[in-house]
This record gives sequence, C-alpha cells and structure tokens, in this order.
Amino acid sequence: MTPVPETQTSEIKTIEPMLPAVYRIKRVQQDTHDTFTMELEPSKRNGGFSFAPGQFNMLYVFGVGEVPISISGDPANKQTIVHTTRAVGAVTKAMRKLKRGDTLGMRGPFGSSWPVGEAAGSDVVILTGGIGLAPLRPAIYHVLANREKYGKVVLLYGTRTPADMLYRRELEQWRSRFDIEVQITVDRAMNGWHGNVGVVTTLIHRAHFDPHNAVAMVCGPEIMMRFAIIELHKRGLTDERIFVSMERNMKCGIGFCGHCQYGPTFICKDGPVYPYSSIKDIFTKREI
Amino acid sequence: METLEPLLTEHPFLSGLEPQHIKLIVGCASNVRFDAGQYIFREDEEANQFYIIRQGKVALEIYAAERGSLIIDTLGEGDILGWSWLIPPYNWRFDAKAVELTRAIALDGKCLRTKCENDHHLGYELLKRFASIVEQRLQSTRIQLLDIYDARS
Repeated sequence: MTPVPETQTSEIKTIEPMLPAVYRIKRVQQDTHDTFTMELEPSKRNGGFSFAPGQFNMLYVFGVGEVPISISGDPANKQTIVHTTRAVGAVTKAMRKLKRGDTLGMRGPFGSSWPVGEAAGSDVVILTGGIGLAPLRPAIYHVLANREKYGKVVLLYGTRTPADMLYRRELEQWRSRFDIEVQITVDRAMNGWHGNVGVVTTLIHRAHFDPHNAVAMVCGPEIMMRFAIIELHKRGLTDERIFVSMERNMKCGIGFCGHCQYGPTFICKDGPVYPYSSIKDIFTKREI
Repeated sequence: METLEPLLTEHPFLSGLEPQHIKLIVGCASNVRFDAGQYIFREDEEANQFYIIRQGKVALEIYAAERGSLIIDTLGEGDILGWSWLIPPYNWRFDAKAVELTRAIALDGKCLRTKCENDHHLGYELLKRFASIVEQRLQSTRIQLLDIYDARS
C-alpha cells in the first residue's frame, strides 16, 4: 500500500494578496440554465498563471462585490484561467452578465489542493455532485495527463437531471477512454434517459477500485459528502485516504478576517481541501 | 453438471448463509436474460421472483398519466431486484425494464416463501438481508427527496 497522501498547500504567490489584479474575459460559455464557465486571460507581464487543482480565486465584479470561485481549468495551461460559476447571488448574477472583453478583478490562487501528487501509485476515486465537478476538474486533467502514475481511475458524478450535467462533451470523451471508469447518475429522469437514476452515493458499491490502495476526492453538497463517506467506509477506505472540499463564507482568502473559520482552521487558508481524518470530529457538528 | 451454487455462494447478498440454506436457494434459482427494452415485470402483476443482476442495467419505472413513464431508480451488476415477493399481497409496485442486455439469476420467491415458513432460521437470514437493502434504498430515496443540488443546499 502506498503512503497516505496529504493535501498540498501552496504558498500564496501574490505580492499583495488583498489587491485584485484586472483580468480580461476571453470567453463565456453557458453550461446549464444557471451555471456558466468563464475564461480569463492572465496578464502577459507575469508570464502566466499557476495553480494547484482544488485551489480557488477571489473574483471581483467591480461595483458589486467579491466571491470565492474554484478554478476549474487545466493546471497545465498557464495562459487561461477558468472558473465555473453558478449564478445564485448578487455577485454571481452580475458576473453572468459580463461578456467577452469585459474585465473583472481577481486575487489568488488561494487554499489547499487535491493530493494528486501523493496519490500516485494508488487508485483514484473522484466522487462529486452538482457543481462540485468544477473544483475537481483540474484534478481530473492532472490525473489523465499523468495517467501512467495512477492505478484505476474512477469518476462518479451525480446531478439533479440530465440537463444539469456540467461539461457534457468532456464527460463523453472521458467515458470513451479505456483508462477511466465514468459513472454518471441523475436524481430525476424521464423515459428516454439510458443512464443511471439515483443518488451518486449508490454508485460507490459498483465502482471498480481497490479500497485498500485508493484515494477518494469528494466534492459536493455537504449532505452528499456525509453519505459518500459512509459508503466509502463500507468499501473499506480509511479516513486518511478520503479528501473533502469544504465551503464556507470566504472573504479575505488569507486567513485574516475569520469569516470562514471552521473549527480550529480557516477554510480559505487550511482548506478548502482537507483530509477527512483532520476534520472528522467537527464534520457533522451543526454549530460549526 | 455446473450449478449456480458457486455464483450464489460468492454473492455478497448471500454470503454467510449456511451451506444447506445455499443449497435450498440454488434449488429455486435459474439463469435468465432480458433484451434491452424488455420488461422484466409490470406494476400490479403477481410478484413471484426476485433477481440478482449479473450484468446489465434495469430501470424501475412508474407510469404517471400525462407524464409517461418516470424512472425512479436504476440497478446494475450485483444489485438485487425485487422484494414484493416477500410482502403481501405479493404484487409488484413498479415496472422493471432492462435498459440494456441484462443477465440475472432469477429466484423463485413463491418456492422460497414456503421454505422460509418451514425453516424460520432461513427466513430470518433472508429477511435480515432484504431489510438491509430496503434500508439502503430508503436512505437513497430520502437523499433524492432533499434535492441536494438545489442552490440552497
């Protein structure tokens, strides 16, 4: 069995972490009725943008406000910064109205990352629901780009309906590969849908991986993650090999303001990706 | 002659059963196959079997006027299909349709009901296993009802 991986925390490289830099929008694509993907162009003078899978940026819509958004692009592509956002609040709704050529402010990258380096030699189980696929997509890109370093790779993805599915074309491409098992399920479907119906956690017992040598990366609604952990435990995964991405009200991004305090940690700095073993005592506490 | 005994013994659903009980169950088992689109059973029909899916995918559906057939769940390799054979009045509550070519082991529920009545130890062992499946499906249904991908979740 390979050693238990740890999350990777990158040093914040921004010289002035509270000062947003101006970025121009290169492309906007509507993914679903309420979710869109935006590509930003990094400034030429800093030679591109580096991040680790799982990290996030603070995006600032001028005159409206700032929100934390996970980076959903390919970490190997330093010339394009990709964010997938669900328009649910004032800032993200204003962001959705922006078009190619418009500008917004950005700070980052912030936070810890998925343990893609340490998971080498292990099977990788990527378990996600809804927009939770976005923060995991960089990890999928990395794993597939370095496919020979990993054992079995399994992607389990759940959405509300087939119309809510993100990155449909990429999911089809991944499904057609022989070196990744992709299982998709929806909560609701009409006749004519030939895929799975049921919550994403029901896919865990059918997935093909070695639970004694697997690393699970889990991202989605907390309720989903709770039940996912129960099912992963049933398969035999230990707490140290399960990683979850947490979400709270992040404001400063560098652990100063305290808005995203999560037990003894700050999600913006110590998270959002945690080994489940490090937070399991507070994971189900309602007060936290 | 090759029997279904090795397959049934290895299946997690029946693991831990005493050899004589496995033998009783093997006596009620047969291999079946359903083509894509073929109905395995229909709502209200008499429920006299359950199935251990070996390969393929099965959709559980319910028909709603004006909305057509709604898929409420799908089952795949290794899953158990059907528990209405165990609960009076022994009628299916949903339609079950093979979404793709599906191979399964069919177990004669009527035959097993009689054997369970005569051997309560076997009956209890089977009930424990079915209770676990019912509990899992209930949990899944509850999570589905929560609409966890709603923006407020």
